[in-house]
Amino acid sequence: MPGLDRKDTRFFILIVAATLLMPFILQPFPEGSGMAQFNAGYPDLMQRFVIFGIFAMGFNILFGLTGYLSFGHAAFLGVGSYATVWMYKLLGFNVVPGLILAVICSAIFAVVIGYVSLRRSGIYFSILTLAFAEMSYRLAYSVLTPITNGETGLQVYSNDPQVLMGPGSPESTHFFGLEMASSYVMQIGGWAFTFNFGFYFAAAIFIAMFYLTMRIFRSPFGMMLRAVKSNQQRMNYTGLNSRPYTLAAFVISGSYAGLAGGLLAAMDPLAGAERMFWTESGAVVLMTILGGAGTLLGPVLGAGFIKYFENIFSKINDNVLHGWFAWMPDGLEDFMVAIIHPFVGKGWHLTLGLLFMAVVIFLPGGLVEGGQRVARIFRRRDKKAPEGSPEEQAAEQRNPGPAE
Amino acid sequence: MDAIFLQILNGLDKGSAYALIALGLTLIFGTLGVVNFAHGALFMIGAFCAVTLQRFLNLSYSAVDETKTDFLGNPMVVKTPYVEGWFGPELGQAIIAWSVPLAILLAIPVMLFVGFAMERGLIKHFYKRPHADQILVTFGLAIVLQEIIKYYFGANPIQTPAPPALVGSFDFGVLLGFDPNVIIYPIWRLVYFIFALVIICAVFAFLQFTTFGMVVRAGMADRETVGLLGINIDKRFTIMFGVAASVAGLAGVMYGPILAPNYHMGMDFLVLSFVVVVVGGMGSLPGAVAAGFILGILQSFASMNEVKALMPGIDQIVIYLIAIIILLTRPRGLMGRKGVMED
Repeated sequence: MPGLDRKDTRFFILIVAATLLMPFILQPFPEGSGMAQFNAGYPDLMQRFVIFGIFAMGFNILFGLTGYLSFGHAAFLGVGSYATVWMYKLLGFNVVPGLILAVICSAIFAVVIGYVSLRRSGIYFSILTLAFAEMSYRLAYSVLTPITNGETGLQVYSNDPQVLMGPGSPESTHFFGLEMASSYVMQIGGWAFTFNFGFYFAAAIFIAMFYLTMRIFRSPFGMMLRAVKSNQQRMNYTGLNSRPYTLAAFVISGSYAGLAGGLLAAMDPLAGAERMFWTESGAVVLMTILGGAGTLLGPVLGAGFIKYFENIFSKINDNVLHGWFAWMPDGLEDFMVAIIHPFVGKGWHLTLGLLFMAVVIFLPGGLVEGGQRVARIFRRRDKKAPEGSPEEQAAEQRNPGPAE
Repeated sequence: MDAIFLQILNGLDKGSAYALIALGLTLIFGTLGVVNFAHGALFMIGAFCAVTLQRFLNLSYSAVDETKTDFLGNPMVVKTPYVEGWFGPELGQAIIAWSVPLAILLAIPVMLFVGFAMERGLIKHFYKRPHADQILVTFGLAIVLQEIIKYYFGANPIQTPAPPALVGSFDFGVLLGFDPNVIIYPIWRLVYFIFALVIICAVFAFLQFTTFGMVVRAGMADRETVGLLGINIDKRFTIMFGVAASVAGLAGVMYGPILAPNYHMGMDFLVLSFVVVVVGGMGSLPGAVAAGFILGILQSFASMNEVKALMPGIDQIVIYLIAIIILLTRPRGLMGRKGVMED
């Protein structure tokens, strides 16, 4: 790939393959089996994986590289959604103008907020971004109702102009005639794999964005951002003005969020102010940290992880639990169900909170660091392999260092 | 004039809550240097102390009263709270009615315990970690605490009424020489304001006039030197964490009659309290208190119809707007100390 070395190219191809094969990978259990509820291969969830992957990836460009912890990123998500739905209302259901406007609007928004907020750093920056996001949220509910449609949420009505709507245009969101909702279901044995156009559209954008992020991470610009994180003062002393770099990072990351918001509206032509609420900003922070801030893959993993648990864990109720422990003696079964009950179903947030605390305490690098630690254990085992074996050579390649 | 006065009064109760929470946050930040995102959860736990006590006092036993019959003609089953059985009906009723103020007695030990447990069990390990880590772990803790409360008490708000003697409103204006029936003010809000003032004064007096407080203030100014003098400053800071937790808890207990406790009330207050702390200046106790009251009062001014007509939507955003203006013009907040959190 242009701009990527061999290792990165391999990594990128792996990501592309994993993304495109998601309908297979996430559907490991046959339909109707007891484990089928753990399948995540349905379009709605897969779309969320890639869209929130983009959101978290963008947040990571700001937080992971420069260390500026923004607590108001959901504002850009909301702006993107509103912009896209407005394009539906004015032009028609083609998503392209909407997504373009979403990126432009959120970028402009990010320039304004970033210009003001980046005058301060540390917790003051967090509070400033939080204040801006809360203001957007509250205004969207009150004064800006003509633009945002208040609590009802912005949606397309039949009397909207939609000037580009021809007689034959689809009545739902589409990409030049290909409808987002259209799916093809493939039955193989007991398995049903759903291929949804909306998912593949979002996945294509995700892959493009991942490539862009990779280039940013490996570029001199990315290096500059890392320098801001490690020692901004020193950077200033050397005569570099770091503000343009941080502002650029803020705007880029805001546009990612806007694009994600636009994609959310592309999958479901609705936009509501609740997308701007600060808990949503908190969620993207959780995703990034959980996965591993400052790494390429981490935020994406974190986003997938949280969205998966949100959808799957919250569906486990007492009946399902009783089904699992049916093989135990009655008393023990009830006991197990009673123990697990608070952590699943409606209480899955408790699991999320505990998990999140555990990650921050024990694995500050997130899931990626966890994976690396596990990998290191395996590498040590590699070392014990007989000399000159292929394993050892591979281990040497992966972990070049002074010979023992 | 009376309209302005009324708005000031209206802002006082929210302002008191902001001030109390911000005071606790600043105590923790000033002593331990930890940004505690779980402080809102402590406020919420305090409110649920009142709920717990109310439930506990209403525990009843059933007895069959042969002299009365229910509508089917059977002997009526009368439920009597244990408290009435122990103390006689009149005193028992009074205890139940005054459950919210009585919950203060329950909340102080509970909150001290929660505070100590939190500091020793979790926060202690985060002194040396970056502020971002502290924010994140306490944020996770806040989620956990909130979900535990939700599990035991349900997601719906639970009414905790004020004692009957303090329910209703009275004509506050007459006392100050205004015309009758112009300034009608709910009694409980005034009680809350006075309560908040007492707590704030108590905390300041504790820090100002006791040896313990003096050591703590010295520790806030220069921890290392105090440690070198052979004083176990960590232990004192842990106690201050407990004190800060109790302040938040007490603020929550008494807030129950104003806002029925629900599991996410802490988060709602937390965001605003952080804004208050930053506006007041990180690490400045008087700043936090002043900013709490100022922002509470400004918020109630902004919800006046005259102001809203002039600037639509201002009532929703005034706090954040003020915060942004103050942060950009006075980088250390209203009364922030030099060198605190300036990076």
